[in-house]
Amino acid sequence: MSTLSDPPVERFQLSQLINDTRYRSYTFQFIALILLVLFFAYLGSNLVNNLREAGLNISFGFLSEPAGYDINQRLLDYNSQDSHLRASFLGLINTLIIAVLGCFTATIIGVTVGVLRLSNNWLVAKIMAIYVEIFRNVPVLIWILIIMAIFTASLPHMRSFHGDDPENTFALFNTLAVTKQGVWFSEPMFSRSLGEISLFGSHSLRFDVSLDFVAIIAVLMASFFGARAWTKHANKVQQETGVRPNTSLVNLAIWFVPLIALLIILGFYLDGPTLTGRKLKPIDDGIYLRNSLIALWFALSIYTAAFIAENVRAGILAISKGQTEAAASLGLRPGRIMNLVILPQALRVIIPPLISQYLNLTKNSSLAIAVGYMDITGTLGGITLNQTGRAIECVLMLMLFYLTISLSISAIMNAYNNAVKLKER
Amino acid sequence: MDNKDIFYVREQMLPEQAPPATQSGIVKWMRDNLFSSWFNSLLTLVAIYFVIKIVTGAFPWFANGVWVSNSLAECREILQGKTGGCFAVLTERWHQLLFGFKYPDDQYWRPTLAFILLFVAVSPVLFIALPRKMLIFTGLYPFLAFWLIWGGTILIPVLVLVGFIVGYIIFTRLEAQSFAMAALGGIIGAAVIWALSGFVTSAASGVLALEAVPSRDMGGFMLNMILGVVCVSLSLPIGILLALGRQSSMPIIKWICVVFIEFIRGVPLITLLFVANVVLAYFLPPGTNFDLILRVIIMITMFSSAYIAEVIRGGLAALPTGQYEAADSLGLDYTQATRLIIMPQALKISIPGIVNVAVGLFKDTTLVSVISMFDLVGMIRGPILASTEWNGVYWELWLFAVFLFFVICYGISQYSQWLERQLHRGHH
Repeated sequence: MSTLSDPPVERFQLSQLINDTRYRSYTFQFIALILLVLFFAYLGSNLVNNLREAGLNISFGFLSEPAGYDINQRLLDYNSQDSHLRASFLGLINTLIIAVLGCFTATIIGVTVGVLRLSNNWLVAKIMAIYVEIFRNVPVLIWILIIMAIFTASLPHMRSFHGDDPENTFALFNTLAVTKQGVWFSEPMFSRSLGEISLFGSHSLRFDVSLDFVAIIAVLMASFFGARAWTKHANKVQQETGVRPNTSLVNLAIWFVPLIALLIILGFYLDGPTLTGRKLKPIDDGIYLRNSLIALWFALSIYTAAFIAENVRAGILAISKGQTEAAASLGLRPGRIMNLVILPQALRVIIPPLISQYLNLTKNSSLAIAVGYMDITGTLGGITLNQTGRAIECVLMLMLFYLTISLSISAIMNAYNNAVKLKER
Repeated sequence: MDNKDIFYVREQMLPEQAPPATQSGIVKWMRDNLFSSWFNSLLTLVAIYFVIKIVTGAFPWFANGVWVSNSLAECREILQGKTGGCFAVLTERWHQLLFGFKYPDDQYWRPTLAFILLFVAVSPVLFIALPRKMLIFTGLYPFLAFWLIWGGTILIPVLVLVGFIVGYIIFTRLEAQSFAMAALGGIIGAAVIWALSGFVTSAASGVLALEAVPSRDMGGFMLNMILGVVCVSLSLPIGILLALGRQSSMPIIKWICVVFIEFIRGVPLITLLFVANVVLAYFLPPGTNFDLILRVIIMITMFSSAYIAEVIRGGLAALPTGQYEAADSLGLDYTQATRLIIMPQALKISIPGIVNVAVGLFKDTTLVSVISMFDLVGMIRGPILASTEWNGVYWELWLFAVFLFFVICYGISQYSQWLERQLHRGHH
């Protein structure tokens, strides 16, 4: 009879840390960690030494000091006595404005171009291909500067609106003035305005919101839900009786009647632009957009649109022809094939790269500094940095801002991807 | 059967008739492709209108262009009110546009030669059909180009090269025992040589010396080329390491890579250039003063390696698990499997993405003009447009910049499409 003996107890040997694959990864990670700590300790000690030599320290106190510079394009009230934090906040708002405007127009242009590039019209398809290739292959900074140069070179000076017999007058029923210095157009005003409320306290981050616009948005949202409820009701009636109540006219009424009523109640009118009669500043009132903003907006839109067009084209091409044919053989009409079969599948392909293009546009908007549009790079990373000399603090805040935007957009994108992912069993 | 007499039976075939004019040739093509519906016809007409408008507008501008003059005013005199471009700015400022305004006049042949040799060095990498021996020149090129562009004694690049060679020899000797050991030995060997070479070069700084040109004198399109080529080639190996690190099963390594990649991809390049310009100096030992171009190269390389890492990670993720398992079953260890099985396939899948990153990076090199370096865009905005002679010549200069960048970027992307077709094996 044989006896079973215990396997010999393996004693741990030091060489196993290198040779045994079970332990080797710990060795590597330990070494990596040590190296990383040493590296940061080295950078940190250098930083401390350098700061001590220069007699500086890391502090964010400068943010509450008066900025002392003007921000020429702004949404909120600001004067040069406000703090650096307030200036940076306005820069941040300006970045978000250009990002939202740019994403909106880039999507419209990009989708149009992408669809037209697949058009069966040879000439149009070729022109769109040329557009995409030219704009994709040249740096966006050059486009920004070119568009800025076009504005400066070809538009009339605002002085030409001045005088008894001006060379230029306002266009579009006195609502639009396009000049070398910028664009003025009418501002929606309310004679019986509800006033404003200030968000985020009364300090640097205060954000005045017009209650009129809040009311308008509330009414629009109510209309949206009303229209949806009516469509649902119509579907239900149709299911039960076979007769569909009128939806289009009713929905039109739901959308517009409350809105128009609200506008009348608030006393809506368009104000400006007006001629002041002064030679130095002949145009005033209305909404004023500087050329730097418009050039940046145009350039970012057409540049990003070229990339979006490629994404849209790829998305549509990714849906096989069999899908269209299968839908057609089920008896669906072309419009419904597009809405119910092609688009839901194409969007799954289009949206992730589309969102990363939005992200790129937002990051590229930091090139505003090249044309003097005061976004966050121009305020916090530009004048504030140069005036206070607080390079580390400013660049750190700047990076954190962009990082927050990027990470939140990628979080949204991941959530979307998970939501539309093919459910496989 | 004799039907010779039957007069209504034809004896030979009729010649084929041409199809109706509307069903063949250019007319059919136009009907199909330009005027297939009323909406298409409308689009075509609008498109033709715009094309004619652009061509008739641009043609006299090019045809009447003035190529030789000394200033804008002189140009206008020659044109006498006619429409015409003043391309003389390009010929007169040609060297400034290409080399910047500080590079010594009599040394322009050096960057030019380096530029021409670049094509020789890059071609065996781009085209598999060329003899593999040419790769030796590719390996030598970085040292040669450094010597040509920056000047100084040839001993510096030669000794750096010797360091690499010694490191490589040590590596091959030890590789049979352990990859990690061999890599460590190679690095130490190279470092020893480099440390020693410091004494040699300071002692004999006149050997085969070209006139030394400091980095801050680089400018013009040359600067864009230097930044683009150096940063792309440096960021490829770093990107591969980062991608492997991110796929690694070791959590600490993985998280270091993830944090680095996501941080870099989350901020615009311009903030990294600010770091290079004003912040980096705080993190270096007091008194070190390495020049701006090197700091910018470090930051741009970090930037692009994060993007390349993501592209390669996509390639790695696209490989079927079977490939990893097959490598394991052959008994290959991690480095062997990665080098011989995984990477060749993953890199092949990632080529289009890598090329996209390279093109994007090359375009982004223009951003250095924001931190007051005088690359092509910086030269145009600064010294040329601000000069009294050429103040106001926008179109010619910007079109020139557009043309240069378009030719290079479009060329690269066409190459990548060609390569994709070459590498396509009909399966994934």
